[in-house]
Amino acid sequence: MADPMKIRTTVGAEYTEVRVLMVHPMETGQRKDSGGNLIPIHFIQEMSVKLNGKTVLEGQISQAVSRNPVFSFRLKGAKSGDKLEIAWLDNRGERNRTETAIA
Amino acid sequence: MNPFRRKTLAALALLLVPLRALAAWNKEAFGAKSAGEALKSLGIGASADSKDILIEAPQIAENGAVVPVEITSNVPGTRSIAVVVEKNPFPLVAKFDFSESALPFVKVNVKVGESSFVRAIAEAGGKYYTASREVKVTIGGCGG
Repeated sequence: MADPMKIRTTVGAEYTEVRVLMVHPMETGQRKDSGGNLIPIHFIQEMSVKLNGKTVLEGQISQAVSRNPVFSFRLKGAKSGDKLEIAWLDNRGERNRTETAIA
Repeated sequence: MNPFRRKTLAALALLLVPLRALAAWNKEAFGAKSAGEALKSLGIGASADSKDILIEAPQIAENGAVVPVEITSNVPGTRSIAVVVEKNPFPLVAKFDFSESALPFVKVNVKVGESSFVRAIAEAGGKYYTASREVKVTIGGCGG
């Protein structure tokens, strides 16, 4: 099981900013280890953000997103205490899902 | 075809619509080696240059492995934003789909292999709008 995501939310007047850090190597498949062997490609491909059980945002990403990806999104109509759920799926079929409440 | 079967099929088709809306990773688009091919695979047609697409990124990135890119679309009704780093070996970096409960905004750290234009393409009402911004890289982001 991968490390849980770190999620920070800030409720503002016009939108709620959601910042998420996903712990993932995001290997491009082009890097070599110290022995000169290619490190296999390993990266997050899909992600979704749900607010109170409803999908509000989805993303497809490539290996060109930096290691330990950090994303910021802006949600409308989110209130303090609302349930936020972020999930990802990588190219090896590994999944992660983290739930939090809007601050 | 009998009417019952037709109705059943119509009902099934309706059921399939929301499933199709879920973004499944587009292997062809992400495997494309040019920005043009990648966008074509995403079904993105001709796009118009737009000042309503804002891209914030450093002009000079010392470390291409972590380049913060912030994209805002002020085009009303924006439903998706695709992000392309034109000179990367696989230019398509991401595509985000926004519901009405999310602003068409995203900030993400990306790898930029060599100095390149970073391009964003927004879809609104079946039309495409685009803007780009050059990022110069002193240390590449794909090898290191």
